[in-house]
Amino acid sequence: MDIVSDIAVIRPELFVAIAGMVMLMFGAFRGESSTKFIYWLGVGVLVVAGVLVLAGPTGTSLAFNAQFVVDDFAVFVKVLLLIGAALALILAMPFNLREGIDQFEFPILIIFAVLGMMMMVSANDLMSLYLGIELQSLSLYVVAAIRRDTLRSSEAGLKYFVLGALSSGILLYGMSLVYGFAGTTNFEGLATLFAADSEASIGVVVGLVFIAAGLAFKVSAVPFHMWTPDVYEGAPTPVTAFFAVAPKIAAMALFVRVMLEPFGALVLEWQQVIWFISLASMLLGSFAAIVQTNIKRLMAYSSIGHMGFVLVGLAAGSEEGVTGILVYLTIYLFMNIGTFACILAMRRGGRMVEDIDSLAGLSKTNPMLAGALALFMFSMAGIPPLGGFFAKLFVFRAAINAELYVLAVVGLLTSVVGAFYYLRIIKVMYFDEAAEPFDKGLGREITVLVTVTVIVTTFFFIGLAPVLSGAEAAAAVLFAV
Amino acid sequence: MIIQALAFYLFAAVAVASGVMVISARNPVHSVLFLILAFFNSAGLFILIGAEFLAMILVVVYVGAVAVLFLFVVMMLDINFAEMREGFLQYLPIGALIGIILAAELILVFGSWVVSPEAAQVLTAPALPAGDLTNTHALGNIIYTEYIYLFQSAGLVLLVAMIGAIVLTLRHRPDVRRQKISDQVERKREDVIEIRDIPTGSGV
Repeated sequence: MDIVSDIAVIRPELFVAIAGMVMLMFGAFRGESSTKFIYWLGVGVLVVAGVLVLAGPTGTSLAFNAQFVVDDFAVFVKVLLLIGAALALILAMPFNLREGIDQFEFPILIIFAVLGMMMMVSANDLMSLYLGIELQSLSLYVVAAIRRDTLRSSEAGLKYFVLGALSSGILLYGMSLVYGFAGTTNFEGLATLFAADSEASIGVVVGLVFIAAGLAFKVSAVPFHMWTPDVYEGAPTPVTAFFAVAPKIAAMALFVRVMLEPFGALVLEWQQVIWFISLASMLLGSFAAIVQTNIKRLMAYSSIGHMGFVLVGLAAGSEEGVTGILVYLTIYLFMNIGTFACILAMRRGGRMVEDIDSLAGLSKTNPMLAGALALFMFSMAGIPPLGGFFAKLFVFRAAINAELYVLAVVGLLTSVVGAFYYLRIIKVMYFDEAAEPFDKGLGREITVLVTVTVIVTTFFFIGLAPVLSGAEAAAAVLFAV
Repeated sequence: MIIQALAFYLFAAVAVASGVMVISARNPVHSVLFLILAFFNSAGLFILIGAEFLAMILVVVYVGAVAVLFLFVVMMLDINFAEMREGFLQYLPIGALIGIILAAELILVFGSWVVSPEAAQVLTAPALPAGDLTNTHALGNIIYTEYIYLFQSAGLVLLVAMIGAIVLTLRHRPDVRRQKISDQVERKREDVIEIRDIPTGSGV
């Protein structure tokens, strides 16, 4: 186990870390005038990191005393979250420069958050898991409060920080209980110990529940969702777009790995916990969203509901379920980026508007934007042949095969409820009296992003086969032992 | 042995008593001072079980940095503690209930505590260092070798914390006149002083 082979495994992370520090130096010496350049540099770094991830070693390789693992699962998720982060960064640039969020640290913090996420996805030890989560969360707290002169943004940052610190504490407490039982924090070590014991001791079960609670906070699953609507509403819109995508993907991948790898033998202990939070998230996500008038809050509840659907796949605890999760996350990424790009186009008289009512009559004033947003809403509701349909199809099929009929039935029913509020937006856009038109000139970046995500969401079924085979290969790794 | 037992009971009793005083002292500054006393006694307990590194770290980090920071905050912020205490009795029942539930759970967990019988096979590093290595030496042996990844990651977390603190608090004020020492040093006599001959009685 020499350092050279370790570095070959960790190359993408190392590149991102060093690039982040170089960008920091660049920004510190060149000042605010280089902000735009640093944004593009950040996008470039994420692209190169994606190439490095794909060019990395194939198969499963461990590094640093098995604290770090690269396997097909990690590669799949890392590519997803790098795409998500790069798109969110492109989305953020015109908005931030226009709204006076001109700190050059913004893209750098995003880069470090992405680094933390990559470490989370590749964690093979409770300690590296925790450090990855902290690196990610700390960057996100700062990014949420980046608009420090507005009350709402500061409030969002502070709320996120306090609740995030609490959840980290819960997570650490759970880890310490597990460590106290096992004497190791390594995932393989834990897996062998739990496979050897016929019955889980109560201390381990309590620790496991605490770890699950800490991770459920990070994916904002009910009952640990309280921070989500406030933070989504208060943070600047591109930051919300980023929050809705990359951290969710990373945290969900981590959740899957932790539950299936070290605690895979204790599936009966955690299945009921996941079952409950999945059910509660689906119900709350659909019913609480009905009364929302602010589109960002609506998206927050929508993402809680989506996480509930994703957790159905985890509750199944099968290879099929994990495949469904990965397909779901892929589609979720593009749908969300597209929707937030549309939300960013909601400007009137140079100011952002966030009321759903202000979308009234958009089909007459801006038919292209209305069409794109309608398409994303149909996809979120899960109408075939759009992407969102396949996402739900795979997780529900896994649930049926795992005989979780209650989850599948509730999932379908809450999808119907969800369809109500997604379709309400379409109704407002197409059938309500036209309001004042939005400002013209969306900007090149938003136009391109909306076009790309519309194409991906609409024609997802063409690219389904390669995504599915990639997801199957990634899911198989977790069940290989 | 008897001295060790006496020391244990002394440290433990003082730690618990000062813990109670932290939450019951009227003056918040006294609370922080009792907190420091609790830290010192916990450090003593650590020394008794042979964890001298942890004991020193506790004193250096918690007493030296955290508690002093607390003191600063308590003294500098104008918080009306009497007002904050107003709801105390109102919340007492539910607080006590949660406390009792938590205590019962803890007793339940630790009462049935077992260490996995196979734990010894998967240990990463020996719990007790071989020979007469000190804690510090044993930690130093692994933290820069086996745990280099975690060590460097922790460094990155601190870097992000630093960036965050600067981003959220640093303000550039253009209207403030700053001292530029290099300009002051470079200033020459010829640049600023002009000598003129003024005829007597005519003025400048």
